[in-house]
Amino acid sequence: MTAYVIRRLWQMIPTIAGVILLIFFLFNWVGGDPAQVLAGKISNPEQIANIRKQLGVDQPYWYQLWVFVQQVFTFDFGRSWSTNEEVSRILLTRVGPTLTIMIPVLIIETSLAVLFAIMVAYVRGSLTDRGIMITCTVAMSVSFLVYIIVFQWLFGFILGWFPVQGWSESFWKNLTTYAPLPIMLAVFVGLAPQLRLYRSFFLDEINQDYVRTARAKGLSEKKVMLKHVLRNALIPILTNIGISLPGIFVGSFLLEVFFSIPGLGREIITAVNRSDFPVIKAVTVYLAVITMIINLLVDVMYKYVDPRVSFK
Amino acid sequence: MSAVLTNPALPPVRESPGLWSLAWRRLRQDAVGMVSLVVVAIFIAMMAGSYFGLIAKDWNKEKGVSYANPSFLAGSENLEARSMGAKDAAAKAPPVDLSDVDPLAPRYKEWEERAAKIAVTETKRSEVLPFGGDKWGRDVLQKAIKGSEVSIFVGLSAALLATLIGTMLGAAAGYWGGWANDLLEWVYNVFTSIPYILLILAFAAVAATSGKFGKGILPIVLILSLTGWTGIYRLMRAEYIKHSNREYVKAAQAIGASNWSRMFGHILPNVSHVSLVQLSQHVVGFIKAEVILSFLGFGVPVDMVSWGTMLAEAQNELVIGKWWQLFAAGASMAILVTAFSLLTDSLRDALDPKLK
Repeated sequence: MTAYVIRRLWQMIPTIAGVILLIFFLFNWVGGDPAQVLAGKISNPEQIANIRKQLGVDQPYWYQLWVFVQQVFTFDFGRSWSTNEEVSRILLTRVGPTLTIMIPVLIIETSLAVLFAIMVAYVRGSLTDRGIMITCTVAMSVSFLVYIIVFQWLFGFILGWFPVQGWSESFWKNLTTYAPLPIMLAVFVGLAPQLRLYRSFFLDEINQDYVRTARAKGLSEKKVMLKHVLRNALIPILTNIGISLPGIFVGSFLLEVFFSIPGLGREIITAVNRSDFPVIKAVTVYLAVITMIINLLVDVMYKYVDPRVSFK
Repeated sequence: MSAVLTNPALPPVRESPGLWSLAWRRLRQDAVGMVSLVVVAIFIAMMAGSYFGLIAKDWNKEKGVSYANPSFLAGSENLEARSMGAKDAAAKAPPVDLSDVDPLAPRYKEWEERAAKIAVTETKRSEVLPFGGDKWGRDVLQKAIKGSEVSIFVGLSAALLATLIGTMLGAAAGYWGGWANDLLEWVYNVFTSIPYILLILAFAAVAATSGKFGKGILPIVLILSLTGWTGIYRLMRAEYIKHSNREYVKAAQAIGASNWSRMFGHILPNVSHVSLVQLSQHVVGFIKAEVILSFLGFGVPVDMVSWGTMLAEAQNELVIGKWWQLFAAGASMAILVTAFSLLTDSLRDALDPKLK
């Protein structure tokens, strides 16, 4: 086990190096000269040269790469190009609101999807099953944008159940006042694809021999479904949660933009709009690292869910 | 003795149907698949018609009053148009006479005469349009058609490019193995360790700043395909690993087929159904992504219309009760995406009956 974890961590090094190279290649090489953008319309060559010097883009590429590597390992990306706020501070203060939305979303969405999926899988082939599946396909084809626009208008503007947008300093006020509508939206939109996916996981298990054996033993349907089928289907479900887990840090950037939630997602959009490269670079590199660590944790967790898994 | 030998009529040689004709036969029996195919074909025909200027040519003309009502709501009040009309009328009213202080006053008459010589055709703006108008009085229905042209074109070309990249790299990694495989797996790991949305936005930021991705809709096509090839690569690599040791490939090698010919002449036709299904799946994903990126302003340029830019306008319109633009863009996208997803499912079933 320890050997496995160490080997996996060791294998991360080339990938992290690759991420650093890719980001460097994109922003420092393809990205061109940011000084032109930052200087704005009223600029003279002197000003641009000054900005270039400030940003360090007048240095040779190998030196810029070295600076970037240092930034990654010292967690010091300097200051934002547009607001002059420290990048590390931006990241730390924006993560909170994003997680306030995304953790409830993840919990509610997964439990609802598992619950509905096992019910639909139980009545597989019936009219209910087919009806729900068609509804899911149609629901999935409507753009997320349309849902947000309509929900915000209906529940915030027409019915007035929730504030249209906003955020406060207090965590509880956020969670109880501002977060419910975005959470509800994200759950609503995320439910259809997950329900379809989890239904197929349950269907894979339902036809297995051990299920027939359990029934032959005379176990109640409830026990067969909840104890035998559910526990086996949890393995692919866990993988799927593991894949989507890194995404909760970016959050649903669309929700954050629409509901003015000062989270990471909105920060990234703002940074892209303003060509604020340090912020985007920092977010991308660290999220890649987080993704790799989460993947490792999920793989280790398999061991506890499925004793057949052995680490090689 | 020598009876005329009559050749008994040989049974006509029946050609065994190939993969594609079998798949087509299966697809034709699938009612859902055929209906979706027709819907998709209509959308693509619409796209082509709009591209060649056969339909929706004058989508950019301001034909109606501001927020003209849809013809089925002809009677309802249109406050926005009235206030705009009032503004227009105010602008046309004779100006206050300032001739005693205005140094230009003596020349007014001359200018008026000259202005009268220029024929100004005042277009009559209609109160209603078939499916309503937008803020500038453009026909929403035509806008939606033009918008689908851009959205579908972006989705199709990005998916084609991503499939091409994914297939080439997958073929290289799967066929050659060794260091080519190691290198490409490393690239794959790097690309997939960055959350997909973030990768797209990073590319979008660079494209917007550098301008090296071209102009018009080229940047968005490049962004989507350069970030979206990974899934296809992985699948094609697995297929190539599986196939490159099969006997027919060995036989091709024995008769002297080159590596290139074995990769693309022999193996590719046998795995192309996988890439076709992937292509179709990615079109749907990319159309959805284009809509969101255009909404955020990282997609198609401002002088073009796509479903995403329509939805961006629709957000403010809904508050004043003008729902038709939202509906036109949302519904046409939903219909196409539903049809395309169902078609993908049918294609997969038709091409790989073992899966069922």
